[in-house]
Amino acid sequence: MVCRELVELVTAYLEGAMAPEDRMRLERHLHECYGCAAYIEQIRTTIRLTGHLTAENIPAEGREELLRAFREWKSSG
Amino acid sequence: MSDLSDDAQLVERLRAGDEGTFAGIVDRYQASMLRLAQMYVASRAVAEEVVQEAWIGVLKGLDGFQGRSSLRTWIFRIVVNTAKTRGQREGRSMPFSSAFAVAEDEPAVDPERFVPGEGNWSAAPTSWEGVPEERLLARETFAEIERAIEGLPPLQAEVIRLRDVQGWTSLEVCNALDISETNQRVLLHRARSKVRGALERYLDEERAGP
Repeated sequence: MVCRELVELVTAYLEGAMAPEDRMRLERHLHECYGCAAYIEQIRTTIRLTGHLTAENIPAEGREELLRAFREWKSSG
Repeated sequence: MSDLSDDAQLVERLRAGDEGTFAGIVDRYQASMLRLAQMYVASRAVAEEVVQEAWIGVLKGLDGFQGRSSLRTWIFRIVVNTAKTRGQREGRSMPFSSAFAVAEDEPAVDPERFVPGEGNWSAAPTSWEGVPEERLLARETFAEIERAIEGLPPLQAEVIRLRDVQGWTSLEVCNALDISETNQRVLLHRARSKVRGALERYLDEERAGP
């Protein structure tokens, strides 16, 4: 396995979606390659940081309408 | 906001007419739902109608919700189905190819960074271990990630938001967006690769100093 291949397999690797022998090949490469070890560490950090983002707020008017619909639904049900 | 992870409790509170619970769910999912609907219909205005219609569908269907999928997956499926129906009525047979196509050649890393013909790094990334945590967790860093996600093709952006921002499982995302597991993984891969690339450029610039 070369580095250019490894970077395309990182997600399959982290998702646990690789066949065992491919996974072993990847891990062997990872042990010997500083660049790829740094790469996968960066991907893990990217995932961690992305997880800190918060969900966006929604436009207020749509929200009010929905809450009204909810109240109507409640009183009709 | 109250805990949104316990579906049984959520459904019970919704059925009881708890407005705070409903508002919490709306706030959490509305933005995603709008973007999702937008992939199937022509305009933002129609997407907003679709989402409103979908919420009514959610309320109507609540009594029949059996918990075979998670509540959020079920809600997203209603959005997708509502949007599809609306898109078909508008003469849009399938979602935009631009949103759903998986481009063949979209490498995770600039090919120039590998030795030609051989494929090992010529310009390897360097570890971020030395980057101070407060730098990583700075507002500017998050703004950079947001920008990178906003620049992605719509479906890639949605997959990374659901998986990595909102913490959905891959199965939930597949079900909610009606895509295959392989497709989901490719979309996630492209998205994460690009966000990493953006972060690398940003942090390297920072490290290089003024």
